[in-house]
Amino acid sequence: MDELLQHGLNALLLGGTYALLGIGLTLIFGIMKVVNFTHGELYAFGAYMMYALVTLLGVNFFVALPLAIALGVALGALLELVLLRRLRGADIDTTMLVMIGAWIALQNAEQLAWTGVAKSVSTPFPAAPLVIGPVSMAWNRVFVLIVALALIAVTYFLIDRTKLGRAMRATFQDRDTAALMGVRIGNIHTATFALGSGLAAAAGALLGPVFVAYPSMGDLAATKAFAIVILGGLGSIPGATLGGFVLALVEELGAGYVSSGYRDAMGFLLIIVILLFRPTGLFARKERIG
Amino acid sequence: MSEKAKPLVTAAWLLFLVSIPLWLDNAYLLHVLIVTGIFIIAAMSLNLLLGYAGQLSLGHVAFFGIGAYASALVSLGFKVTLWPQWALTVEPKPVWLAMLTGMLAAGASGWFIGRIAFKVRGAYFVIVSISFAEVVRLVAVNWVELTQGPMALNNIPPVEAFGFVFYRKPANYWLVLGIAIASYVLIRRLVHSRAGRAMVALAENEALATSVGIDVTRYLVLAAVVSATMAGTAGALYAHYVRIVDPDVFLFIYTVTMVIMVITGGKGTLAGPVVGGLIFGLLPEGLRAAAIAPEAQWIVYGALMVLVVYFLPQGIVPALKKVRG
Amino acid sequence: MIPILQVRNLSVRFGGLTAIADMTMDVREGEVLSLIGPNGAGKTTAFNAITGYLAPTSGGIAFRGKSLKGMRTDAIALLGLVRTFQKTSVFGGRSALDNVLIGLHLRARQTPLAILLGFPYVEREERELIEEARKILGFVGLGKREKEQASALPYGDQRLLEVAIALAAQPKLLMLDEPVSGMNPSETAGFMAKLAEIRKLGITVLLVEHDMKMVMGVSDRVVCLSQGRIIADGTPAEIQRDPEVIRAYLGERFRRVVGGNA
Repeated sequence: MDELLQHGLNALLLGGTYALLGIGLTLIFGIMKVVNFTHGELYAFGAYMMYALVTLLGVNFFVALPLAIALGVALGALLELVLLRRLRGADIDTTMLVMIGAWIALQNAEQLAWTGVAKSVSTPFPAAPLVIGPVSMAWNRVFVLIVALALIAVTYFLIDRTKLGRAMRATFQDRDTAALMGVRIGNIHTATFALGSGLAAAAGALLGPVFVAYPSMGDLAATKAFAIVILGGLGSIPGATLGGFVLALVEELGAGYVSSGYRDAMGFLLIIVILLFRPTGLFARKERIG
Repeated sequence: MSEKAKPLVTAAWLLFLVSIPLWLDNAYLLHVLIVTGIFIIAAMSLNLLLGYAGQLSLGHVAFFGIGAYASALVSLGFKVTLWPQWALTVEPKPVWLAMLTGMLAAGASGWFIGRIAFKVRGAYFVIVSISFAEVVRLVAVNWVELTQGPMALNNIPPVEAFGFVFYRKPANYWLVLGIAIASYVLIRRLVHSRAGRAMVALAENEALATSVGIDVTRYLVLAAVVSATMAGTAGALYAHYVRIVDPDVFLFIYTVTMVIMVITGGKGTLAGPVVGGLIFGLLPEGLRAAAIAPEAQWIVYGALMVLVVYFLPQGIVPALKKVRG
Repeated sequence: MIPILQVRNLSVRFGGLTAIADMTMDVREGEVLSLIGPNGAGKTTAFNAITGYLAPTSGGIAFRGKSLKGMRTDAIALLGLVRTFQKTSVFGGRSALDNVLIGLHLRARQTPLAILLGFPYVEREERELIEEARKILGFVGLGKREKEQASALPYGDQRLLEVAIALAAQPKLLMLDEPVSGMNPSETAGFMAKLAEIRKLGITVLLVEHDMKMVMGVSDRVVCLSQGRIIADGTPAEIQRDPEVIRAYLGERFRRVVGGNA
């Protein structure tokens, strides 16, 4: 029972960042319909930026975090402007192929820049875990969960309550009407992609210090992000949030009770199993954002 | 080019290709050509599924790897404990039988994917196909009893047929060339037939295709099975040529390589994967000779792919055809 | 002789919306029957339900006495029921000839194994199919355009190509969804003549159309649908005078002006 509790807690702590990854991708893949292969690279970028800022430049950890996220948003916007603008209206395969090209270029650029040696980021948290009764949790993971939840809340607020969010929803539900009402479609696309990428970078910036940063870390993250999006239904932010925690739980239980080697396979297996029985995902809804 | 000249030009090309081991002294280059040839077979098979049948299948390396592993395992013999007390033992079998098993195993997984493709559409299918390949890779890594995991399957016997052992490079080159030509012919027959037209119709306008009696499942599965079997054949060839197989054979990057070959060459054309395969099989060597780091190479490929999609969206072969015609 | 198509109490409901309510009608073999009605009356929905693109909520459909319940579209086409689509539907990236060749799918006998192994009959059959495709293209008047890409054809020709593709599938009952919409008067007249020739081939035709001149000119019988229900069924002349039909199309005010209190 204690073991189960510990697994549950681990899943909770990890699930927050998974949710960030998933929400970011559901915005891009679910709503913009871009098969975003660069999502994992933004995750790695976030982690590497933390390394660069904290370890190389000595920036304060709590200052570096929002900075790394901001840089992720900027990179996302840049990608959209440079690569995707031209392809507005192209079919999904074409954009997918461009994203694959971008992914290859980005990952290898990261490899060239940082070499393949894993980089660790020191955190200001005590190394000894916080122990509450039968369970223990590392301080940095608790911090990660808190920030992740905060970011999720911010995203909800952004999409639901702000003018930008309304414009996003309008654009992707009925583009022509949105354009007629004065929404700058091009900017909304950039903003949405930047937001989604920023969330991925945030997940990387949060988890990089917990684990380590290495060039291909994005690949696994990307796959999990896709699994979460499918779990939660394309375009559903609540679905992605829930999906993030569910995937973390499935991984934890699988690693704990089946085999740790297959931990990462859980996400993939989940995808296959779900899509076999519910080809549109678990929580697929007709509405898009929100 | 006139219609009469075409068969002559083709014959000339074939003669040229067949002659290469006779005058090419460089064993390393011959090795590159062999591996490129194997990749071209895989690319042609992907082209059938992706280019003609329009299925965004990005797990193609799974078929390749399953063919490689199945063939290697059957030729080496293996023993696995499936349940406590019950072990499955397979004695080493002749290579030709092993390769056939590899092809069948790949074809069976193709059947599985084909049925899923029917249920799960579009962007979802992309993800399912990638996931499938990753699961297979993780099984290869973790089921050590069967696959030796990361320690790889070693000493895989070379191809042996009619008493002749395909041990040296020239023999393997001709073997790969022969199978590549046979694969090309098979795809061409399929494409210029009712079955090929059905696949293309489904990719272009499924509602219209069904209205004239085309059975969606049947032709998606057919495309997937033929495609997978061919990729599995390429995998088996690889296993018995390189004679070492490890789980890295399932890496997503190899699917990406095949996709790049098909897309830049020209998806949905017969020559496309061949042209793409030659370019991306031989380009690394050219770049390596220019002493460019492998990462930089990949950046070049990535950029190249993006550029091709922007400026030559149909690929190189159709663009060339337009220039000529 | 039983009717070639029997629709009995067909209902199609989407959530709370009733698209078709209790539709019962027959199509007699050899006739040309037109289905008319204002926009949104449910005509295309009826087509979709009959040909298996939509599952009916209730009711039955029988083609030549055989129930179509639960059948897939391609199986229905195999029985001899072929439909065209309201929005122009061709295989845009292929040539006109290829389009018709695809339509000839059911006529070909090649099996995948024979194709892969290169049996000689495959090539022979391909030649025969190309001959047949050329004939059909000629029949609809597109003989000279066989090599052109379908999406590059002018609108009217694309609609003719659609009919050619459907004809290639050897229909016994051909269902045309607004075949002349968007055509100019001369193209429409040409199409009406083609329709007469199609009849002579023994093909029964069920037509959805808005162009009243065409409907009255080609049809043996007309059925009028309004808000998912059949409100009239008779000869063109009868339909033209039917007050319910006039009301459905023109609205309540006009009934009082035009139909009096008939």
